[in-house]
Amino acid sequence: MIPETEEDLAEAIRAASGNLRIQGGGTRDIGQSITGEVLSTAGLAGVTLYEPGALTLVAKAGTALAEIEALLAREGQRLPFEPMDHRGLLGTSGTPTIGGVVAANVSGPRRIQVGAARDFTLGVRFVDGTGAVLKNGGRVMKNVTGYDLVKLMAGSWGTLGVMSEVSLKVGAIPETEATLIAHGLDVSQAVAALSAALGSPFDISGAGHLDGAASGGESETRIRIEGLAGSVAYRIERLREGICAGWELVEGAMSAALWQELRDVTPFHNKPGHVWRYSVKPSDAPALTGWIARERPGAEFVLDWGGGLVWALVEAGAELRPNALVLGENHISGHATLVRADEKSRAELSIFEPLARIEARITEGLFQKFDPRRILNHQRMGL
Amino acid sequence: MQMPTPNARIISRKPQIVDHLKALLPDGAVIHEERETKAYECDALTAYRCPPLCVVLPENTQQVAAVMRLCHAERIPVVPRGAGTSLAGGSLPTADAVVLGTARLNGVLETDYENRFIRVQAGRTNLSVTGAVEEDGFFYAPDPSSQLACAIAGNIAMNSGGAHCLKYGVTTNNLMGVTMVMADGEVVEIGGPYLDAGGLDLLGLICGSEGQLGVVTEATLRILAKPEGARPVLIGYDSNDVAGRCVSDIIKSGILPVAIEFMDRPVIRATEAFVGAGYPDCEALLIIEVEGSEAEIRDQLSRIIEIARRHDPVELRESTSEEESTAIWLGRKSAFGAMGRINDYMCLDGTIPVSELPRVLTRIEELSADYGLDVGNVFHAGDGNMHPLILFDANKPGDLEKCEALGADILRLCVDVGGCLTGEHGVGVEKRDLMGAQYSPDDLEIQLAVKDVFDPQWLLNPAKVFPLDVTEGRRT
Repeated sequence: MIPETEEDLAEAIRAASGNLRIQGGGTRDIGQSITGEVLSTAGLAGVTLYEPGALTLVAKAGTALAEIEALLAREGQRLPFEPMDHRGLLGTSGTPTIGGVVAANVSGPRRIQVGAARDFTLGVRFVDGTGAVLKNGGRVMKNVTGYDLVKLMAGSWGTLGVMSEVSLKVGAIPETEATLIAHGLDVSQAVAALSAALGSPFDISGAGHLDGAASGGESETRIRIEGLAGSVAYRIERLREGICAGWELVEGAMSAALWQELRDVTPFHNKPGHVWRYSVKPSDAPALTGWIARERPGAEFVLDWGGGLVWALVEAGAELRPNALVLGENHISGHATLVRADEKSRAELSIFEPLARIEARITEGLFQKFDPRRILNHQRMGL
Repeated sequence: MQMPTPNARIISRKPQIVDHLKALLPDGAVIHEERETKAYECDALTAYRCPPLCVVLPENTQQVAAVMRLCHAERIPVVPRGAGTSLAGGSLPTADAVVLGTARLNGVLETDYENRFIRVQAGRTNLSVTGAVEEDGFFYAPDPSSQLACAIAGNIAMNSGGAHCLKYGVTTNNLMGVTMVMADGEVVEIGGPYLDAGGLDLLGLICGSEGQLGVVTEATLRILAKPEGARPVLIGYDSNDVAGRCVSDIIKSGILPVAIEFMDRPVIRATEAFVGAGYPDCEALLIIEVEGSEAEIRDQLSRIIEIARRHDPVELRESTSEEESTAIWLGRKSAFGAMGRINDYMCLDGTIPVSELPRVLTRIEELSADYGLDVGNVFHAGDGNMHPLILFDANKPGDLEKCEALGADILRLCVDVGGCLTGEHGVGVEKRDLMGAQYSPDDLEIQLAVKDVFDPQWLLNPAKVFPLDVTEGRRT
């Protein structure tokens, strides 16, 4: 089903008799494998409002992300949260949509500086599981009127409702960018350097690391600075005087390419195996990667967000969840998602982090309220 | 403004309830004498008052959980209270409610510079969070103007903003995790020192839920390295319209100031009379602040000034020193006090699309004339968060009602032009009955359903946020 109006979307949901698989462009096939008829938002397309002077854009959920990015670029603007493109990593094809970006709360390296998709989503219109057309938030940057269901919808993977329209805060493309690179650091050294840089006043907009296997040689630790040309030059100089002494400097388009590679986890493209994604406290990254490497020899790692985001490419096998694991005195806190796996594993393993008792109770309760028949991406998130 | 009729059964059992609470808490943590509960009869929205049944001041999560278990079992409404600085009546009690004050939950539990977070008890004041880390070069970014007094618990409840959120975002963008006591006394941890949620974004839902979904007792907050410096420029224009266009041009240019503040003539004059900050007597005044190293500040300010000059300012004053910066901010920071000197005022908080600024200001002027009440405007122009201050005389019969009606008209105007009722203060009781202007019955119903999930008995701050007639069947 590909409804072309919000009303048709509502009608399709009201009329549905079984599970619906909600899809934007179908490029982010993540989650438990589920069955059901596909309900696509691709027919709900088009930018309905764009005010560059107010940093605001409103678009129907099925609008192609590329169309939005091109429109913004013409005004010197962009989506600051830098949404990743999952196609290469997952081997999917299709056209990523803005609704998919919000539904999966997809961000990129700049998340560490400016926030995630959920932080830039100002408002949503959606149809819940009963077919009611609902809205929350709006198109202004500050809005505390009632509960923030915008955040709840962002990252809900189509389980609470099907978004028909989203409002976003956009930002300016900075005058210039530059990247500093260190070679040959291990994960501990890399995270220590990235933490020091992120704790400096130099407003880092990217902090990542590719281990040797992922970079195809020596490991690479990268720090990105963006802004006005003079300011970037100044901050690069200050960093190279201290934390980043001896680091290589890459500028302009070459710098941008490095971050696209990190954003899309390009080193894992076209390599077999499971891909796990961990959101952790950055200083836990060395212990986490060490444990994974022991459990699954040959694992490759890409780190982003100063070490707070760990991508692991591992041989197919059982779940690799650190929460069951005590390393020294410290329990690793955070969450793990099995982003890419073979069909059998997707049916058998928990894809998302299993929830603790009360969170699970609340989540079940919300599902019951938003989708009492449990037909919207039911079981996609494991509940 | 109406509040629900208090439950006589609860009020009649006050002595037993107080005894039960005393048994759960340390000495002196239950306040129940009439002359003492009076201090809790209102928050910063002083127009409405009601002493509570009693007040509890727990010191830790376990004590909060014990209080909630008791109140849940006895079906007693609980009104959580941060520091009581709400301008929306978010912690206004009812006579049958236990006020749960967070004043004694003020400790720092953990600071972690490597991972850039601080974990605090939620009653800690906003400014003292920064105070705990600033010697080491860090700060907590959200800065509501009440930051000296307001508590993190209240900031989370209202998703508070501040002058510098243009760059750093509001509370929800800086909150990483909470420990929360549910309405039934169960304790839940949501989020932590890592980014994004593993399941649904419950943290995002809780932030801004006005104490209706749970009582936040501890919070993990993102801290940032302090910039090397900051400096403002002051720009005066002879029309609001031109000032509005200047703001829009600056935003479009790609420069990201940390703050763009706007004051109109009534406020400029009031602050001049109050503190003599040396502001020009013009129609509209902008204060724009940028951050960074000395060279970065100069670079950004020169670009802003170039844009500002294109719009023919009547005054343009770039700060070149700490003293000049303080002087430029002095008037803005005393604006509310200055208006309060003239008369009582009600401070509104609607947000509008920045592009609608000139139209909305003109319309507010017309409405002000129609009602015969003066309105001053001082607000965060970069994000369209207006703060119209309506002057009225609380002692003059009918003036408060007239002020409320004018306020409602202004907020409806904000919604009509594509904005919202409240940008950072919250709905509380103040804007409760206007929710229907922004949301359809279905839009409200799904929000009520969310509360049903967290608090099926509707015991937590039940008479707030939603129109009373809409919630009546749920509040038993």
